[in-house]
Amino acid sequence: MATIIKSYEPTFWDKLYFPALLKGLMVTIKHFFRQKVTIQYPDERHIPPDGYRGLHRLNKYPDERIKCVACEMCAAACPSNCISIIPGPSPWDDGKERYPVRFDINLLRCIYCGFCEMACPEGAIELTEIYDFSNYSRDDLVIDKDGLLGVYELTKKQNYYTKKSHSPASLPFKTERT
Amino acid sequence: MNHNDIKSNVLTTTLESAINWGRKNSLWPMPFGTACCGIEFMAVLAARTDIARFGAEAIRFSPRQSDLLIVAGRISIKMMPVLIRIYEQMPEPKWVISMGACASSGGVFDTYSVIQGIDQFIPVDVYVPGCPPRPEGVVESLMKIQNLIDKEKLSDYALSSSK
Repeated sequence: MATIIKSYEPTFWDKLYFPALLKGLMVTIKHFFRQKVTIQYPDERHIPPDGYRGLHRLNKYPDERIKCVACEMCAAACPSNCISIIPGPSPWDDGKERYPVRFDINLLRCIYCGFCEMACPEGAIELTEIYDFSNYSRDDLVIDKDGLLGVYELTKKQNYYTKKSHSPASLPFKTERT
Repeated sequence: MNHNDIKSNVLTTTLESAINWGRKNSLWPMPFGTACCGIEFMAVLAARTDIARFGAEAIRFSPRQSDLLIVAGRISIKMMPVLIRIYEQMPEPKWVISMGACASSGGVFDTYSVIQGIDQFIPVDVYVPGCPPRPEGVVESLMKIQNLIDKEKLSDYALSSSK
């Protein structure tokens, strides 16, 4: 069924075009004085809410013992198989037999789902709020045990982003291109 | 005109650093978005983390006019010839960012049909982990590319068509 649409007859003010022009400019002017949404990233950084899943860390007890008992539950739960652990006998006399000799996470494989955190019976592996990191080679983005403990040192006291001196250069990665 | 006038009015530099300054502050990215990372790359361009602040807002969907390839998303074995062709169509000098887990290493898709890391086929300069990475992560990698360009030597390109 055809519907007849009557064309709009422009009035005197429409023919002037200025009111329409000013109307359009008003939108621009209104946005000019609104609050700015751009975050000047390297200088000011978004602080993610609690529970954000970023770079991993390995937790320690207050007396510097590593919480991990190398049960490999995280590696079993990992959907992308990015965690590899080599267990060994624990160096501390605390009733726990196992201890990770090596603990490597391939950060490029990882999809930051947090399943490892959920699977861990000791609360050893945890995902921190760190989100801005990249590197020049794939090998440099495999984080080892010392790196994970280094991330713990960076994030144990306060949110990583609340401290001004924290930058991607302070993360335990090799930053030089090889 | 005495000596002091010249000192305060003339800026001296090398041709190399002038060219590198120009290149690093006017990167023209070519997005190769095949999955969710491509959607996240739109957020990198949007107002909140505006990469126009780094002079890289001129997104060209034509490889012949761009010098930074951003591979965002999983690349299947059938898509790889297309990606290689696009990479080869880009004029020198060119840089590549591998954005996200799938492009960099295959991510969760450890199957025969997905390329386990595009660096097996094309040279990658910077890898960004994440699934997908936050826009800040991509901006950080862009700054890493700018650092790379700063160290570039003009003699690397002289008399050779390949890097």
